Amino acid sequence: MALFRRSPQIVAAQAATRRSAKDLRVGETGTICCLEDPEMALKLLEMGCVPGVQVRLSGRAPLGDPLMLVLGDQEYTLSVRASEAATILLKE
Amino acid sequence: MAALVSNSTATVAVPAPNPAVGARPLRIALIGNPNSGKTSLFNQLTGLNQKVGNFPGVTVDRKSGFAQLTATQRAEIVDLPGTYSLYPKSLDEKVITDLLYDRAAPNYPDFVVVTVDASNLRRSLLLFTQLGDLGLPAVLALNMMDVAGRHGVNIDLPALERELGVPIIPMNARKGIGVAALKIVMAQRLDAPPVRFWEPDEKLLPLVRQIRYYFDLHNDYLALHYAQQYRQIGFLSADDKAHIQELTQQYGFDATAAQAAETIARYAHINEILLETVTVTRTETREPISNRIDKVLTHRVGGYLIFMGILFLLFQAIFAWAQYPMDWIDQGISALSAAIQANFSGPLVRLLTEGVLAGLGGVLIFIPQIALLFGFLAVLEETGYMARVTFLMDKLMRPFGLSGKSVVPLISGLACAVPAIMGARTIESWKDRMITIFVTPLMSCSARIPVYTVLVALVVPDRAAWGLFNLRGVALMGLYLLGLLSALGSAWVLKKVLKARERSYFIMEFPVYQWPRWKNVGLTIYQKVQAFVFQAGKVIVAISVLLWVLASYGPGQKQATAETQVRQQAAAKGWDAPEISRQVASARLENSYAGSFGHMLEPAIRPLGYDWKIGIALLTSFAAREVFVGTISTIYSVGQDADMGTLQQKLRAEKDANGQPFFTPARAFSLLVFYVFAMQCMSTLAVTYRETKSWRWPLAQLIYMTGLAYVAAFVVYQVLA
Repeated sequence: MALFRRSPQIVAAQAATRRSAKDLRVGETGTICCLEDPEMALKLLEMGCVPGVQVRLSGRAPLGDPLMLVLGDQEYTLSVRASEAATILLKE
Repeated sequence: MAALVSNSTATVAVPAPNPAVGARPLRIALIGNPNSGKTSLFNQLTGLNQKVGNFPGVTVDRKSGFAQLTATQRAEIVDLPGTYSLYPKSLDEKVITDLLYDRAAPNYPDFVVVTVDASNLRRSLLLFTQLGDLGLPAVLALNMMDVAGRHGVNIDLPALERELGVPIIPMNARKGIGVAALKIVMAQRLDAPPVRFWEPDEKLLPLVRQIRYYFDLHNDYLALHYAQQYRQIGFLSADDKAHIQELTQQYGFDATAAQAAETIARYAHINEILLETVTVTRTETREPISNRIDKVLTHRVGGYLIFMGILFLLFQAIFAWAQYPMDWIDQGISALSAAIQANFSGPLVRLLTEGVLAGLGGVLIFIPQIALLFGFLAVLEETGYMARVTFLMDKLMRPFGLSGKSVVPLISGLACAVPAIMGARTIESWKDRMITIFVTPLMSCSARIPVYTVLVALVVPDRAAWGLFNLRGVALMGLYLLGLLSALGSAWVLKKVLKARERSYFIMEFPVYQWPRWKNVGLTIYQKVQAFVFQAGKVIVAISVLLWVLASYGPGQKQATAETQVRQQAAAKGWDAPEISRQVASARLENSYAGSFGHMLEPAIRPLGYDWKIGIALLTSFAAREVFVGTISTIYSVGQDADMGTLQQKLRAEKDANGQPFFTPARAFSLLVFYVFAMQCMSTLAVTYRETKSWRWPLAQLIYMTGLAYVAAFVVYQVLA
């Protein structure tokens, strides 16, 4: 982590390869690849954020945070903070 | 990868049939995801036949009731809090594991009814498979079949029943469809399900088996849960916990990784089951209605405007519409009291009319407002709008150390801080929760309504402002805003003071919008009004009677002496008969027990503009704020001529030492501000103690809020006077 903070290029490269649910545009869909934060992952998994499931950013709260995520084809909606959505990494 | 075992009974110790089953009613626990229609089903099964109690040791509401399953068989139904899994993330959910881990517990259910949202099977089945693996006999109530149908979800019920190994009842709990079939299945004896969905990985087995044999548990999965959660299991002794801790360290058990692996494996298995049993034919290509409604209700401008509009409607309902039934109750009590006094006389009659009836009137008069407020909140909750409010407010609340989830307790605090503080239990983060609990009593609860109503009506003219709003309504809204701002400010201060121990979450499901189930709304109103009348009401009437006694009798001969003095002066001053009796009554009250207490307090409250009469009211209303109105009505009706008028007329007629009206705007606003801030409620302190498990919090609340009230009232009086 310390390394990333010191060199912006690596951070940028990291961000480009590692998109998260937070980086989706409104209406865009991605597929969950993995969950980054182990503790948060437990809660997210229970709520249905399982690797392989599709996730669509359906909207943002008026102040840009939290986000509204629609999961899977079953169309149910989760509300998560942007910081939490950032731990949901997407497949390329 | 963990082994996924189906149809294996190898590790199942089928529970011995309980010999007492025939002797007592069946005990059935209702469990399911939040928003899976659990509450509707509970209401369908039990109707009005339910009661709210507490789970032992914790203060989570334990809703239970009796259902008539067949002509001869009754069953006790326990409604468990909604949860997504058996690994509790909040205090609410912990109740479930405490109940289901301990087979020896007297409340251990005979079986569970799992409510599952048919339109959202995958996630709902996660909890079901965990319950099945614990070896609990279960019935699956497949709810929301209508929603699933609309989403084009077709479920092969016989195949799913085979895969899950339990009876499945398709239903629509909102409309009561399927309830009869469910009752028939519930009336039968159920055995533990034969299907296993997941078993602990072989690497975990040495640890799991040691725990299992040490505690003599009936299966591996339960033992794994002990390893995961031993710290939070209420019935384990400190030695037991230490033993498990030693074992987990010895085997290098990684709880988080094990839990994540289990959840993923379960989903994989559930996906296999669903692949064979469920087909989805998309019928609608348009966005679901809920998402379209969300676009409006969570719009960056419109969302807040609508929320403000709804709050304004709420205040209108409480302060304008409720006025009519309140007037009827008021007039009814006055008429009854006058009729009794006209036909009978004596000290007992005065006790009845000025003590009991006055107190009873003070209780009954709140019913319209409480009913409207809880009705409103129930509708917002039922429709799913409350979750959107949380979403809208989260970012706004965070600078104050609160989360969007604090909004519901804060808004509920407008009704009553006691259930609101208990409602804060859904907030997972300790710090967020403590801050929410601490500041919630600053929100103006319904017990302040009578104080506000009486005093505002006294000093604010009843006319329209800007052609639209009633001036009194504006004043009331101002008091509520003052409460809200002080709550936010205090939260901000606490945020700086408290050290966070853990991070805060905000992961939450948006329920689909639906029409409120009026039966549920009606039940909520009924329960809240009933609780108020019988719990708060008892205290209010008792205090009202006590006050009447304190105000009617005095120490030794003081009252008689004072009366004699007044009568001696009367001739010299040339008073007529009514003036003499008024002066006598006033002198007697001043020399009563109540008068003595008030006088003792007067030096401390004089800077706020209060006299000893208000002092008495402040003291008694420490029990509960609404007692204030009862107290002053008792005090002034005792202190004045016998003919009854409304309280406001009496207050308006009250004169100070110089013969000017006593209730000047300065005094009234000073009192109003005092009641906005002061912690005048024993029940709130008690519930804060129960929720925080420490006297530090309620004491801090008491000192902080009373101090704030004193300073604010002082400033208001000195500025306005």
